[in-house]
Amino acid sequence: MAEIQQQADSGGKGGKKRAKKMSTKIDMTPMVDLAFLLLTFFMLTTTFAKPNVMQITMPVPPEPNDPEPLALKASEAFTVLLGEKNKVYYYEGLVDATSKPELKVTDFSSNGIRKTLLERRSRVPNTTVLIKPADNSNYKNMVDILDEMNITQQKKYALVDISKDDSDLIQSSGL
Amino acid sequence: MPKVKPHRTSPSLDMTPMVDLAFLLVTFFMLTATPSEDVAVVVDTPSSTSEKQLPEKNVVQLTIDKDKRVFFSMSGQPIKIKTLDQIAGKYNLTFTPAQKQRFAALPDFGVPVQQLPAYLSLSTEDRKAYKQPGIPYDSLNNQMIEWVMAARSVSVGQFQQAPYIAIKGDGQADVPTVKDVIESLQEKKLNRFYLITDLEMQPVASK
Repeated sequence: MAEIQQQADSGGKGGKKRAKKMSTKIDMTPMVDLAFLLLTFFMLTTTFAKPNVMQITMPVPPEPNDPEPLALKASEAFTVLLGEKNKVYYYEGLVDATSKPELKVTDFSSNGIRKTLLERRSRVPNTTVLIKPADNSNYKNMVDILDEMNITQQKKYALVDISKDDSDLIQSSGL
Repeated sequence: MPKVKPHRTSPSLDMTPMVDLAFLLVTFFMLTATPSEDVAVVVDTPSSTSEKQLPEKNVVQLTIDKDKRVFFSMSGQPIKIKTLDQIAGKYNLTFTPAQKQRFAALPDFGVPVQQLPAYLSLSTEDRKAYKQPGIPYDSLNNQMIEWVMAARSVSVGQFQQAPYIAIKGDGQADVPTVKDVIESLQEKKLNRFYLITDLEMQPVASK
């Protein structure tokens, strides 16, 4: 391929037959083939990318004889509920038997929950976000919303179990 | 006037530098390669903007797939065998040396500990075909947390450092399962762990 055997030109005169000198060159092409075969094999079987991780630190569960933690003020609370089909519900304040906050629905797009969070923070700077994934939401939503907390640089947030009041609120709103 | 013949050079290429280069690359890749292991279950992790990397060593990983199954894996072959010994002592099981070696070589597993000896004795093809039920993690029979605690105590004995706990969940995994796993960890006062994610670009939070 890369070498072309040169015909030794016999000098036209009927001189002495010299012993033909073989060239000491070796054709390296198969060697290159082999090397690149190995190279591609190793390239394909290598996993370079170490997975990325998101660190979560859960609050330490209270001990039975600990003092009661300070209750969260309703004015500072902002609750995000994760529903089925990637829906995000949110309301301001706290839900209990007496007060029914207005439930709104949005999504994970850049104009969805992110805008809402930033808008809320501009009004109430020390907002605490309560994240409550419903049982029919999926893990991807949970990671996405935690990620939104990172993106919007929300300092105070907590993963909380969803309460019956919250699920009733989703049910009755019909969103 | 004799005709002047142009001197023909033979069209030969010297391939030696090419070989040098190729083998240099080969050796580089051979030395940096970490062969991709075939894991028991392929999980499609959700993406996040976090750029933190998972540590290379001393990691205990819990994989949660779509079917609510939990798989356990940990790094480091010698400590794997010690962990297995601890668990075997706890559940009164005995493992042959061959089974222990097999266990150390497996990237991950998801069978109840009572079925583990039988599972380790299967041939490679049978093991691939076998549908693993996942490690039990309910409160009555929480083998998952036993594995984590055993791995933790062995790691602390070996490296004087608690292992990093990573949860690798499928994006379609349901929240109750993930919550159960997290609660099991919290009951043992393990409140810091990592969620394994893919990288996505950091969007600009517009003000």
